[in-house]
Amino acid sequence: MGLELTTTRLEDAAKWAKQSALDRATNWGRKFSLFTYPFVTACCGMEFMSVAAPKYDIARFGAEFPRFSPRQSDLLMIVGTITEKQGPALKRVFDQMAEPKWVIAFGVCASTGGFYQNYHAMPGADQVIPVDVYIPGCPPRPEQVLDALIMLMDRIQSGRGHSQLRTKREQLIAQDHPGE
Amino acid sequence: MSTKVLDALKAAHASAIDSVETQHGDAIAWVKRDHLLAVATWLKNDPAMAFDAPVLATCIDRLDWRPIDVPPGAPVYPATAPWTEDRPRFEVVYQLRSNRHRHRLRLKCAVPEHDARVPSLATLWPAFDWQERETFDMYGIKFDGHPDLRRIYLYEEFVGHPLRKDYPKEKRQPLVRRDDLPINPIKTPSTGGH
Repeated sequence: MGLELTTTRLEDAAKWAKQSALDRATNWGRKFSLFTYPFVTACCGMEFMSVAAPKYDIARFGAEFPRFSPRQSDLLMIVGTITEKQGPALKRVFDQMAEPKWVIAFGVCASTGGFYQNYHAMPGADQVIPVDVYIPGCPPRPEQVLDALIMLMDRIQSGRGHSQLRTKREQLIAQDHPGE
Repeated sequence: MSTKVLDALKAAHASAIDSVETQHGDAIAWVKRDHLLAVATWLKNDPAMAFDAPVLATCIDRLDWRPIDVPPGAPVYPATAPWTEDRPRFEVVYQLRSNRHRHRLRLKCAVPEHDARVPSLATLWPAFDWQERETFDMYGIKFDGHPDLRRIYLYEEFVGHPLRKDYPKEKRQPLVRRDDLPINPIKTPSTGGH
């Protein structure tokens, strides 16, 4: 098989064993074909370009394809400061993405607001949408971004992404309360 | 910077000028608010002045302002600005430049807090249109005669003017939040939680 080689940690292996073969194969496919929507608002965008460019080459992890339509993407990268005025736009982009979907907050501004503690900056993009992985740094090094991507791939494989868990929860509720 | 412009301004509009000064080579004229539009019209149209380039329009909030060399307790408002009515809080600043004569002039207008309005210069120099909207957005100065005085950066739902010194530093006015957001455990008077 060779699929098992992609997980290393014990708890991941335990979760792996619990998944059905279909889930395993589906999540394996998902984690190696992330289509990115770069929500680039600020200077972190330069670092995002650096990650996407050949030197660091995010294509090695199958996430090289930026799609500038939320309908066609399943990874939302929030790259840069989110202002309160942008909140509705960000939420709308996230709502337009098809399930399952994942979110990475790229840099401190997207994670916590960074050094903006004032009237206009949102204290982290997770005020509006659920975020799976946070990358610290102002801006983060490309290695950190790749590390975060690998963390996200682990999470996708074990079905722990926010949207995967939400879907699972809804399925369980539907099982317990049929007809509702 | 010579005081040629200031001398001409004082000669032509003696009653409209409170005082003049120069700072780091820049000429500054304190203009009475009621005469600002007349002075500006003259500055634009007079051939010897010909201020054709509007550089910037902004505002200074003098709330609790104190120059570094003034001891506590002493009067703090600039002595060169003999505006004593209610010790005005705001200074509206217009920076002008003439490309023809290559001279500059800064107009300042003292504005009290309870009546924060000045005549708009956007009809004379259309480039001041958005700058006056920004000044209104951030400081709440009303520009009389402005063609379209709306907020330019912030959203319509925003209450208050954030660059005023008495706006709480971390007060946020969110447009949208998650439904499942936990209540912010750190509640301070300035943030008020979410």
